[in-house]
Amino acid sequence: MALLETHDLVAFYGDFQALYGIDTYVDEGETVAIIGANGAGKSTFLHNITGLHAGAGEAVQFDGRPVGHLPAAEIVKLGIALVPEGRRLFPSLSVEENLLIGAYGQKKTGHWTLETIFELFPVLRQLRRSPATSLSGGQQQMVAFGRALISNPRLLLCDEVSLGLAPTVIKDIYEALPVIKESGASIMLVEQDVQRALGVADRVYCFMEGRVTLSGHPSEFDHATIRSAYFGT
Amino acid sequence: MTDSISTPAAKRFRVQTRTRVSTVTVIVGIAVFALLAAAPAFVSRSVIQDLFFVLTMLALAQYWNLLAGYAGLVSVGQQAFVGIGAYTLFAFTILTGTNALVAIFLAGFVAMILAIPTALVIFRLRGAYFAIGTWVAAEVFRLLAAQWKTLGGGTGTSLPRSATRDIWGIEFIKDLFGAKTSAAKDIEAYWLALLVAAGTIVLVYVLLRSRFGLALSAIRDSEPAAGSLGVRNFRTKLWIFIIASFGTGITGALVLFQKARISPDAAFSVIDWTAFVVFIVVIGGIGTIEGPIIGVIIFYVLQNYLADYGTWYLMLLGALATVVMLVAPQGLWGLMVKHYDLHLFPVRRRLFVNKHGQDKDG
Amino acid sequence: MLSWIDAILQGVLLGGLYALFAAGLSLMFGIMRLVNLAHGDLIVFAAFIILVIADLLGANIFVATAVTLPIMFAVGFVLQRYLLNRTLGKDILPPLLVTFGISIVIQNGLLETFSADNQRLQAFGIETQSWSLGGGIAVGVMPTLTFASAVIAILALNWIMYRTELGRGFRATSDDPSTAQLMGIDNHKVFAAATGIAFVVITLSALYFGNRAQFDPTIGSFRLLYAFEAVIIGGLGSLWGTLAGGIILGVAQTIGAKINPEWQILAGHVVFLVVLVVRPRGLFPRAVD
Ligand SMILES: Nc1ncnc2c1ncn2[C@@H]1O[C@H](COP(=O)(O)OP(=O)(O)O)[C@@H](O)[C@H]1O
Ligand SMILES: [Mg+2]
Repeated sequence: MALLETHDLVAFYGDFQALYGIDTYVDEGETVAIIGANGAGKSTFLHNITGLHAGAGEAVQFDGRPVGHLPAAEIVKLGIALVPEGRRLFPSLSVEENLLIGAYGQKKTGHWTLETIFELFPVLRQLRRSPATSLSGGQQQMVAFGRALISNPRLLLCDEVSLGLAPTVIKDIYEALPVIKESGASIMLVEQDVQRALGVADRVYCFMEGRVTLSGHPSEFDHATIRSAYFGT
Repeated sequence: MTDSISTPAAKRFRVQTRTRVSTVTVIVGIAVFALLAAAPAFVSRSVIQDLFFVLTMLALAQYWNLLAGYAGLVSVGQQAFVGIGAYTLFAFTILTGTNALVAIFLAGFVAMILAIPTALVIFRLRGAYFAIGTWVAAEVFRLLAAQWKTLGGGTGTSLPRSATRDIWGIEFIKDLFGAKTSAAKDIEAYWLALLVAAGTIVLVYVLLRSRFGLALSAIRDSEPAAGSLGVRNFRTKLWIFIIASFGTGITGALVLFQKARISPDAAFSVIDWTAFVVFIVVIGGIGTIEGPIIGVIIFYVLQNYLADYGTWYLMLLGALATVVMLVAPQGLWGLMVKHYDLHLFPVRRRLFVNKHGQDKDG
Repeated sequence: MLSWIDAILQGVLLGGLYALFAAGLSLMFGIMRLVNLAHGDLIVFAAFIILVIADLLGANIFVATAVTLPIMFAVGFVLQRYLLNRTLGKDILPPLLVTFGISIVIQNGLLETFSADNQRLQAFGIETQSWSLGGGIAVGVMPTLTFASAVIAILALNWIMYRTELGRGFRATSDDPSTAQLMGIDNHKVFAAATGIAFVVITLSALYFGNRAQFDPTIGSFRLLYAFEAVIIGGLGSLWGTLAGGIILGVAQTIGAKINPEWQILAGHVVFLVVLVVRPRGLFPRAVD
């Protein structure tokens, strides 16, 4: 049984339909990439899974039970955490507080604690008392990762974590993924950077205009196939 | 490589503001006006007094609605301008012997002039804090009025009989209806209230159809709750505030002319001149011209049946407004619009897409 | 000269009361962007609850307040959870009009229940006791207690805000409510807790307010204005700012009253307006905004 399964997932913003029947799954221990152009519906998809965009109903199943009707605050407690697009750190909170708040109201323990997160991103240790928004983009992204990890999720969703970062910084961030995977979490990685996504993913889905246009193992596809699934040309 | 997004075919639009209903509205409006104007000939004095009350509340409601419903200026301090208007009337008639009719008109101007410094200070407060700011301003004016010893200080004073008796037209009314002076005074006040209420509706309608209306809907659509006012928005809002103060001042003067007695607490009463007015607009439908009209009728009916219950009546009104705000924030008129697509005063520009213009752009 | 020093001293102590009024209002605005127009009426309401409980238990007002605190926490929690949360959103009208409606309901409900008679929370005579500082200057026991309570309340609120998980939740939700949900924060519960805490502060202020002078059901709205003025003078978002704002307002009023007893309230309003013109963001605005 898959850890996460979506079946015929649709989403609307008012009258505008953003997703048209998305079927995906993530197995335990897998890293799955979702690629697609701007506006393809990737973030909307993640928001449906996390409950930020309500109304997914039966279409989203986590660990065998439907979660689409639950509010976002409940879903994170089941073990799904999101590293949101644009990081969305809390400006009134220090780095350490931003990390701690990821496990708000949770008693469950696991591999990830403040200590293990500081081991994963050592630079954050010295910055722990600084306001989170005073950090550089890459450091902020590390905080966003740590904030999601500290809830010890079984599934980590990452939305465009490399957006707007310098290549060397992106490399640092991506180096954390294997460690996260080793801790037992499955990963769903949304990326516009196709090359990078294919490099780490076990499987890949390509979205275009709210539909899955391609799915399978990265090695199965050549450039032209991906391009046409990505841009529709 | 860029992703090519197919641009939707340009559509042809037609912007329409006059609907068939609005022509009917004009005819019905004129008929209602004529009927109300003739009312003193066939209804009793107490009905005239009731109608006076309804019409003045309607005018106050329209001005509050203009502020809160259209300009996003939620004021809980409109009693400031009722009081200023009323005190101006009393000051001019008592201290300078000005004819009351002239003084009522002057009341509007004084309210307008005092509105400017008031606005310059409280416009520094945003959104919800603006509301309490207006209340503070009203308190300041109330406390100042209470310091005005020649007008009775904290206890207030009465209009001299001569002031209410010697207004223009009173003899004419006495002859016309064969009425006593006091009844004639009520009729004259009622006619003035009718003029003020009708004038207010026309004014608000014209304002909203003008460039002002356009600017206002732009403000409503764009201004983030906590964002700063642009210069243009600031000016538009300032003008709306000043216009509303003028109208509120005249109405206030008229109301206390009819009562013929003034005190700081009565003239600056937050319950009488703001709470009731807010409830009228909210229950009727905020952000529409029709809403306050419906609201004032409901308010009048409730008042007639329930005012004897005093505090219970007020609790009921407060609870009713709260429930309306939560369940149907567009008010009763909003519900009617939703069900029947009615627009008596079409001030929103409505956008029509021409069905046959939908094919490829030429 | 000494009488002026006395006026200032009494004003500072009075400022403690206004800071208590202001802290509750500031807390609700800071966390939920909710401006509670019923704030003043709730203070009066709490004072009546203390009165009734003191009567029922035959206890003194301090014991009665201790009993009232959890009751008012619950009232605030429920009010927020089931009513006020429904008004929150981009539009500022619903919360304003709903709290305005609540204010009218409370005021008239109190009039109906308790009549318009004056009431007072009597504290077995300590309200008449004072410490003499020499030179004819004396500080009352109750005003001193009020001021100390304000300082303690602000310390406690700051501790909650900056040292507890709930406080982190408050700040996070206030920054970005939708991301806060992703952290497992139930906004509606967090808001309910915030209002509950604000109502605890309201109750505390009701104790000193009801003891200081007579009150009746209609005078709530003035407390709202004082609270509001203290918040704006002090600067939005800072709890210590509300103490400073309260003190400035208190001193303005006592000095005004010294010049002419009728000018007490007016002087407070005027100082508020002057601050608004000169420093629209208040004297001590929060650095991060
Ligand atoms: N809050 C919103 N309201 C209306 N439309 C939205 C909203 N968010 C996204 N959309 C639309 O939904 C589509 C998918 O957006 P999104 O999921 O953000 O795409 P992606 O993350 O793949 O760039 C886009 O066409 C976008 O314009
Ligand atoms: Mg996206």
